[in-house]
Amino acid sequence: MNTFTKIQSNGIPLPQNNIDTDQIIPARYLKVTDKASVAEGLFADWRFHSDGSIKEGFVFNQTEYADSKILLAGDNFGCGSSREHAPWAITGWGIKAVISTSFADIFKNNALKNNLLPITVDEETHQCLFDLVEESPTAEIEIDLESQSVKLPGDISFTFEIDPFAKKCLLTGKDQLEYILSFEEQIDKFEKGCQAIIIN
Amino acid sequence: MNPANNSPSTLFEKVWDQHIVAEEANAPSILYIDLHLIHEVTSPQAFDGLRRRGIKVRRPKQVMATMDHSTPTTPGATIMEMKDAQGQAQLIQLVKNCKDYGINLYQLGSPHNGIVHVVAPERGFTQPGMTIVCGDSHTSTHGAFGALAFGIGTSEVEHVLASQCLLQKKPKTMEVRIDGELSNGLTAKDIILALISKIGTGGGTGHVIEYTGSLIESLSMEERMTICNMSIEGGARAGMIAPDETTYQYLAGREHTPKGTSWDAALEHWKTLPTDPDASYDSQFKLDVDDLAPMITFGTNPGMGLKINGQVPDPAQISEPEERKTLEKSLDYMGLRPGTKILDHPVDVVFLGSCTNSRISDLRQAAKVLKGRKVAKNIRMLVVPGSQEIKRQAEAEGLDNIFKDAGAEWREAGCSMCLAMNGDQLEPGQYAVSTSNRNFEGRQGKGGRTLLASPLTAAAAAVTGKVTDVRTLL
Ligand code: SF4
Repeated sequence: MNTFTKIQSNGIPLPQNNIDTDQIIPARYLKVTDKASVAEGLFADWRFHSDGSIKEGFVFNQTEYADSKILLAGDNFGCGSSREHAPWAITGWGIKAVISTSFADIFKNNALKNNLLPITVDEETHQCLFDLVEESPTAEIEIDLESQSVKLPGDISFTFEIDPFAKKCLLTGKDQLEYILSFEEQIDKFEKGCQAIIIN
Repeated sequence: MNPANNSPSTLFEKVWDQHIVAEEANAPSILYIDLHLIHEVTSPQAFDGLRRRGIKVRRPKQVMATMDHSTPTTPGATIMEMKDAQGQAQLIQLVKNCKDYGINLYQLGSPHNGIVHVVAPERGFTQPGMTIVCGDSHTSTHGAFGALAFGIGTSEVEHVLASQCLLQKKPKTMEVRIDGELSNGLTAKDIILALISKIGTGGGTGHVIEYTGSLIESLSMEERMTICNMSIEGGARAGMIAPDETTYQYLAGREHTPKGTSWDAALEHWKTLPTDPDASYDSQFKLDVDDLAPMITFGTNPGMGLKINGQVPDPAQISEPEERKTLEKSLDYMGLRPGTKILDHPVDVVFLGSCTNSRISDLRQAAKVLKGRKVAKNIRMLVVPGSQEIKRQAEAEGLDNIFKDAGAEWREAGCSMCLAMNGDQLEPGQYAVSTSNRNFEGRQGKGGRTLLASPLTAAAAAVTGKVTDVRTLL
């Protein structure tokens, strides 16, 4: 797994609340058995008309955001299904962080396992970020995970919270399964002492 | 009392504490998983991971697999004859993975095939006090039995296959208390839609909900599953209901439940699980059902619900700009005007199915409305039982004939139009009254518009061709 480094980029604004996993990656793109091809379906129904032509007005189709690494989204981002295809599609597109006021639990878990940093901010900061991006779409946002801080033009900055274990995993590329398996002895012991599970 | 720490505990805390394998400072807990359910869509990359690492499945007997999301629901369909090559490849991959790793699979054509959250309870895999996970957010369904059951991502599917454990931070607890009783024409679906319309789609985020109260206690297991199923639509990780006599009666004699003295021991354990009188929750919510009416959604998330005789809200009356924009976009997508009545709105498709409402009691309810009536000319109605077992049961009761005589399609089991992966889908612009759980944009087909409702309300719409208060037909 790669390690997470500093991000500098402008932000893609998607101000809607409750952007669900069916928007992030519609179900018909879930038929793959690999991860690599998933990004093709990212926001597919917002990027394309029914006849396959491009929806010009949608931010993901605009050139100034082509290389953006930061997505700025409305409340409760990633609600809906548990499909890890959602963070695969987002990271496959090149995005490395999503900023919102809140995230759905499973999406957040999935994101952190895929080198995608979900940053939760308060409403005021959220609004200030949207104002900034609206005023100057190319404004650079700098995210430093190590110091848990975000810097904006004009010497504005704020810090964010992150679970210390998740942070360590992102920064060191620590493999979570290896971590679990390092407790093999305890798992064995647990299974021996456990009478609750009886599956005939 | 919780034997682990001898203090009054909630149902959730007991199950959680009993499954902690290890805990380190500054790290999530290592939680043991009793039962792991898998299906074709969220598992292939997890098995790839196992192969890359050269790891076996730790406890294949604690894994149950089915295929449901991309399976065709046309009678007699087989994997080999599927037209959708990608969907077919996914199913073939699941067959191979289950064979290679010794996992019990109810594949397409098996007499026990069906939707994962329907099959596991009906086969007796789902039991009180268990930890249950699946790469599927509606795993919350199994909480109806007093299990701690929640959806996980594919990386976590790999973790559980390899270690039978999961890294988890302890969620918070929330009590949702519902007292009273259900009057005629109302169902468990109306309760959960009403709840989500009150707390919103993020209302339960970070929490495990426990549903309590006299109304909950009076519900059947199938009704309890409908409620717990949609906990995730309120943002909750899981929903739980304490096991009781209703639970034990449902479980007794099912194929994979304990038998003989094992049953007695299990029962003794299960009876210790309900929340202790002095235990407390992190938050509480009381849902008043005194003036409950059949519920229907008008928007593009399950929190956008209305009483059937209510009016579509007006964005102009919302002051918060993002919320207003969200509602505007939603109404625009749905083609609904603010302030109008939802009642009598024309409908094109009625979908009776999904892990929320495809069980035998759901089919019986809908059949009661359809009996002796016809599906309106403008309506295509699909009836998709949740499992082959339910399909057989319905056929034994003659429900299939009621549906077919009325002019509905009687299909094979599967997820079908709930997520429209298998070709069962809406055309752009069509309105569907659906008994499923999500009304997201394009969920049931690109451009399709979903109105979520109960099986009774769905059947009523099928008969009249428009949104209808089922109480006028009962
Ligand atoms: S029926 Fe719908 S919600 Fe349930 S498991 Fe299938 S796709 Fe998911």
